[in-house]
Amino acid sequence: MEIIMAFVCGFLFMAAIYLILSRSLLRIIIGTGLLSHGAHLLILTMGSFKGSAPPVLADGVTDFVDPIPQALILTAIVISFGVTAFFLVLAYRAYQELKTDDMTLMKGSDDNE
Amino acid sequence: MFQVLCIFIPILAALFIPFFYKKVRTIHTGWFVLIVPLFLVTFYATYIPVVANGDTVIAQLDWIPSLGISFVSYLDGLSLLFSLLISGIGALVVLYSIYYLDRKKEQLHNFYVYLLMFMAAMLGVVQSDNMITLYLFWELTSVSSFLLIGYWFNRDKSRFGALKSMVITVAGGMMMLGGFVSLSLMGGTFSIRELIEQAPELAAHDTFIIALLLILLGAFTKSAQFPFYIWLPDAMEAPTPVSAYLHSATMVKAGIYLVARFTPIFAISEVWIWLVAGIGLLTLFWGSFFAVKQTDLKGILAFSTVSQLGLIMSLLGVGAMAYHVDGAENTIFKYAAFAAIFHLINHATFKGSLFMIAGIVDHETGTRDIRKLGGLMSLMPVSFTVALIGSFSMAGLPPFNGFLSKEMFLTAMLSITEFDFFNFSTWGVLFPVIAWIASVFTFIYSFYFVFKTFTGKLEVEQLPKKPHEAPIGMLISPVILASLVVAIFFIPNIIADTFVKPAVAAIQPFLYTSPNEVDIHVAAWHGVNPELWMTVGIIIIGLVGFMLLSKWQKMYNALPPKLTLNNLYDFVIYDLCDTWINRFSGLYMTGSIRRYLGFMFGAISIIVIGTLFIKDAFVVSFDNASTISLYEIILVIVLVIGTITTVFAKSRITSIVALGAVGYTVSLFFVIFNAPDLALTQLVIETISVALFLLAFYHLPKFQKAEERTRFRLGRAFVSVAVGVMVTLVALSAHSQKLVESITNYYKETVYTLAGGGNIVNVILVDYRGFDTLFEITVLGIAGMAIYGMIKLRMSRKEKNYENK
Repeated sequence: MEIIMAFVCGFLFMAAIYLILSRSLLRIIIGTGLLSHGAHLLILTMGSFKGSAPPVLADGVTDFVDPIPQALILTAIVISFGVTAFFLVLAYRAYQELKTDDMTLMKGSDDNE
Repeated sequence: MFQVLCIFIPILAALFIPFFYKKVRTIHTGWFVLIVPLFLVTFYATYIPVVANGDTVIAQLDWIPSLGISFVSYLDGLSLLFSLLISGIGALVVLYSIYYLDRKKEQLHNFYVYLLMFMAAMLGVVQSDNMITLYLFWELTSVSSFLLIGYWFNRDKSRFGALKSMVITVAGGMMMLGGFVSLSLMGGTFSIRELIEQAPELAAHDTFIIALLLILLGAFTKSAQFPFYIWLPDAMEAPTPVSAYLHSATMVKAGIYLVARFTPIFAISEVWIWLVAGIGLLTLFWGSFFAVKQTDLKGILAFSTVSQLGLIMSLLGVGAMAYHVDGAENTIFKYAAFAAIFHLINHATFKGSLFMIAGIVDHETGTRDIRKLGGLMSLMPVSFTVALIGSFSMAGLPPFNGFLSKEMFLTAMLSITEFDFFNFSTWGVLFPVIAWIASVFTFIYSFYFVFKTFTGKLEVEQLPKKPHEAPIGMLISPVILASLVVAIFFIPNIIADTFVKPAVAAIQPFLYTSPNEVDIHVAAWHGVNPELWMTVGIIIIGLVGFMLLSKWQKMYNALPPKLTLNNLYDFVIYDLCDTWINRFSGLYMTGSIRRYLGFMFGAISIIVIGTLFIKDAFVVSFDNASTISLYEIILVIVLVIGTITTVFAKSRITSIVALGAVGYTVSLFFVIFNAPDLALTQLVIETISVALFLLAFYHLPKFQKAEERTRFRLGRAFVSVAVGVMVTLVALSAHSQKLVESITNYYKETVYTLAGGGNIVNVILVDYRGFDTLFEITVLGIAGMAIYGMIKLRMSRKEKNYENK
């Protein structure tokens, strides 16, 4: 399964980078969303899927999956959510001020830096 | 101790100059400054008897003892001579500047602060025995020279000249530092004296030649040797006292000093002899040839300085040959180093006075253009006399000191033909020939300088001011220098015994152990010999050349103006550095974030994939892999379809919903991979995210027409595929070669006993690794505040403009 997940993560990264390199601001943020999904799945995959039970103590269960990657991903999810929310508002404000969301038009000019 | 402090006296005095300038407005600030060089020259004069006996005086002040860096004042014949020149001519120049610079119109405090800085720096250069402090003072001369050349900073030409001299001399200074460092690495010390003692061992090192070349580059740039002389003519935009002081008598001789000081170390090398003698001779010829072309009085003097510096340099090169000759003290080689030092003194006297005369002419007539000048002889008799003495000395005529050093120069050049090492027996014959031709040109421009200015027809209406003789105060300094020119001719041996012989003993310690062993007697009449006939030839051909000057001076215009070294400099500084490099940066610094991201992702994937294959790190093994279930396959298919929809959706709403689908699939993955907390969080977060996206969707514009169908861009696709491949390859190889066991067992075993919890993930988050959580909360808080601030704080452009007013 890990082999397949490695390809899935690669695919998610590929799609994310393709979106990040586009012109529209919204697409770029969607791309970052895909990128964080890819990264989270990658961390989980690298921790291996060995074990058959969730990492919660229960009677008679000893075969837990690795809890460390899960803790890392939990932290990462929250942080990427914070950043995504910030990006979205930034894009919204940028569009309000600049009247465009086209990255090719958003260049500082010499007199406006 | 006090001896070391003497180097810093000018800088200490400079601290008080602005005070005097502001508080004592009725007295010219220069009078206060004058005390400093007068004190220094008397102080250094007390060392003359000691040094003339062949003794040296040394004092040391530690600066960074752990690195072996200290301020050293080392006075031997060479450094004492230079110290006296610096303080003596410094005093004369300050006196001259008091009358030259107007008390009310000029920023005198700037001028004298810079000048005193320069004086200290120069004393430091010639007295330092430690190479690091020598370099420190060396750069300080470059900086203060830069400030002095740009003294009238509202003139374009001043700034141009200042920049040019700075660029060239500092570039050379850097090279020199490199040479010093490699020398100290070879010898294990920064002290020049200690390096001289181990000179033969140094020559065996591989980096010896590199150190030699680097130090020579420093000396050549500072002393305006070919092809670095180009800064000197442009430095003539400085006030004339500065030109007289820095650019004729002292700073440009710093390179000469450096070559003389390092001769005992490098004379062993053939490269040193060829370069110093050859470049010196080339500079001598080049400078004298182009001096005749100039129409600006100071321009003539600048080129003449270049040429005379070349003369001294070539003599030092020939002097180094004495190292290779057995019993050199009995041959005529011994004349070279002696002539170099002797001419150095003579040049300082006559060139200083000539610059001052050029300044007087400029001051009293309003122009320095030789084509407008003429017939000033009867109006300015004193200046004319001084100029005549200076020029005749420069041309090498008796009864002036230039004659003596010119004869010794010719002797030294003729001696090369007897030197049979290093191919000098074949090419050496060129040396006296070139030297003779250069001397003819020297003769012509000397006459050109004095007679075009002071004789001929006076055209008062062409001159901006009505010409008259300069005030007495301004004439004191040039008259003193001119009388020295004559005096040295009549008492050459007193000068030789007190100053020249100790200096020669310092340059050639391999020949002499004390100055008394230098058995050279200067005589005005040295018998009928080849030198005499060469001088007669110079005078005859020179006179003819001067008479026919107007006929052949036009030939200079035939030379193409494009093919000059100045053009090369302009090309490098303005075209290459400014235009071309800006254009090159413009190629990749387009301001488009997509390009930058493309470069970054592309570079990352190329580097990582390349490393994987170069290091042979790519391995796939199925040993550790877990089994595949049907649910997982279905989820993978859903995820892939969701992703493809997100990327190729035509409208934004499809894209956002598809992203939500991907997010929920990810949380389903978390469910089947036994991560309940993750699944929970992912579900909630994905819901909020999609809601936020939809909120923004309402305010953001529709996807543009141009991107309605996402344009297939080859580069974009290539980069994204590369990144995807990179991630897959890294994931596969990382999974296939797990080298160490996980630390996870510790958590599993102690979660209840130590932490008293059952949910291992939550215990890790708040107990084992609580700090992560603390700062994750901080991140969320900051994001919240930033969002609030962005929405609430709205400083529109209008308000901003109002605030600026």
